Amino acid sequence: MITLVELKNGKNATIKKIEGGPGLKNRLEVMNLREGKRIRKTCSAPLHGPVVLEIDGFKMAIGRGMAKKVWVEEI
Amino acid sequence: MKKILLMGNPNVGKSVVFSRLTGVNVIQSNYPGTTVGFTKGHLKIGKNEMDIIDVPGTYSLSPSCKAEEVARDMFFDEKPDLIINVLDVTNLERNLYLTLQILEKNIPTVILLNMWDAAKRKGIHVNLEKLQEIIGLKVIPAVAVTGEGIKDLVNIIDEITLNKNIKLSKIPKMDDSEKWAFIGEILSEVQKIEHRHPSLLEKLEDASVKPFSGIIIAIIVLFITMQVIIGIGEFLINYILDPLYYQYYGPFITSLVQNSIPTGFIHDILIGSGYEYETSFGLLTTGIYVIFAVVLPYILSFYFILGFLEDFGYLPRLAVLLDSIMHKLGLHGYATIPIILGFGCNVPAMLSTRILEGKREKFIATTLIAISIPCMAQTAVIIGLLGKYGIQYIILIYGTLLILFIVLGSILNFLLKGESPEIFFEIPPYRIPHMETLLKKTWMRVKGFLLEALPFVFLGILAINILYLIGVMGALSNLLSPIMSQMLGLPDQAIDALIMGFLRKDLATAMLAPLNLSPNQLVVACTVLATSFPCIATFVVLIKEIGVKDMLKTVVLMLSVALITGTILNLILNGLL
Repeated sequence: MITLVELKNGKNATIKKIEGGPGLKNRLEVMNLREGKRIRKTCSAPLHGPVVLEIDGFKMAIGRGMAKKVWVEEI
Repeated sequence: MKKILLMGNPNVGKSVVFSRLTGVNVIQSNYPGTTVGFTKGHLKIGKNEMDIIDVPGTYSLSPSCKAEEVARDMFFDEKPDLIINVLDVTNLERNLYLTLQILEKNIPTVILLNMWDAAKRKGIHVNLEKLQEIIGLKVIPAVAVTGEGIKDLVNIIDEITLNKNIKLSKIPKMDDSEKWAFIGEILSEVQKIEHRHPSLLEKLEDASVKPFSGIIIAIIVLFITMQVIIGIGEFLINYILDPLYYQYYGPFITSLVQNSIPTGFIHDILIGSGYEYETSFGLLTTGIYVIFAVVLPYILSFYFILGFLEDFGYLPRLAVLLDSIMHKLGLHGYATIPIILGFGCNVPAMLSTRILEGKREKFIATTLIAISIPCMAQTAVIIGLLGKYGIQYIILIYGTLLILFIVLGSILNFLLKGESPEIFFEIPPYRIPHMETLLKKTWMRVKGFLLEALPFVFLGILAINILYLIGVMGALSNLLSPIMSQMLGLPDQAIDALIMGFLRKDLATAMLAPLNLSPNQLVVACTVLATSFPCIATFVVLIKEIGVKDMLKTVVLMLSVALITGTILNLILNGLL
């Protein structure tokens, strides 16, 4: 397992685990970022910026700190 | 009267549905967080009347920012008779989560599946009958921007609010993981997705956030934006509004007043010394000229371009690109949106800081906007005053403001305890703007500008004339004269302009015109005006948004920054530093 930050650009992966308190988990979950979901990492924004990823064709930006708490397995 | 709430995830088109139903125009854009407060409207179907409230978008009923809090509070406190739950049909899975949360509260609900056309384009097929069967409620497909499906919606609203045909969903209460599992079941029953190759727009979507291509695209967008804003603005002024004023309106109004009102105080307030003179400062001469022939053209072109970028979906991508830099200034990427709105007018910019999560961030954002983001009204007058001397003077003002923005942001970030939260938001797809909606939005904002500018500019001209008459201005000039001349290198009369800055920045900047200042002096005066004090409209919103205490801090900061910056600029420009 690797984190979203480590996942290479353009790769698909499945979310395996989200670390952190119920607050963070819930915030990610209501945006459909939850365990078992398939995602694709589009890129990281410049200067160690947020990670941009795609879920079901929808794009979202997630800060690096949060992205480090999302563990995925590459497909 | 019956009460209806429009609810749904951010950026699914609730405000478009709202406008369609009520005829009340509200600003709509293609990014999450356009609606931060709520708008109330009225719907009348035959004799059946009701209130409709456009609620800010939310992903769930447990809020993570101020705008979402508004949504939750309205849901629980307003006791609605009917909920119209608007869903983006291209992203049913995520949208249905809120739907399930709403349904378990047993309030009559109608489901509106918006963006039906986009779903077709993306190859997403939804079996409506099956979905209705599972949820047990009427489901209406719609394309709100073109009005498709709105008639069906109105019929259902009528039935339900007349207490006919009320059906509640029989879906039981579930915990979160049960909800997601249930949504999964629903989707496997009702939704089929064909695979399509990404369109050109989708490829452009990715290119605009990738580091290298993203920065190049941002520079191109910025360049084109400025060219078009200035191009349209200048065209309107040179070929339409200036000729109108100087050839028709000016001579007409001047002779009208001269012939009907004897010379004296009222005569002077109305037309000053006549339309030909920059110095006249009459309500009906300079007042009208500044608003309609100097500021309005740029307001028009700015809001048209801003509206285009908003509806296209570009702004959130800029927010992603700039996130890292913004973090160094105590903000995060999404603060880009209030800042860009601030270039139009600081008032909506202050309101839209509600999309930021923390109090600290909100304080930094509002303060930076108030100090270093000049509104379009002021920019227009600056272009009018300094444009003839060359672009370098305008660059000097904006460069100074940019440096201030960065320096102040870094200082505030260092001094204020805490860290700015990380961004986490949905990036909307690119959409080709719908021309009619875009023009309507531009018109709403232009109208808003006129409604706010006209009374304040008139009031300002009146006030300055009265203050002169009773000798207050003379006394103030004497008092502040040392600051003006020694620190800022400006003549005493410039004080009038600085004081007027509290009322309106455009009029205040225009008051510099008759003073015969050198371009360097104009640069100092414009910069001090931009930074020194929020105009009264911004001032009022600031108090509401951050409270009296924080507002006072902001104002003290503004005054000191203005004096220091003005003094340094003055020294540098005169070669003393």
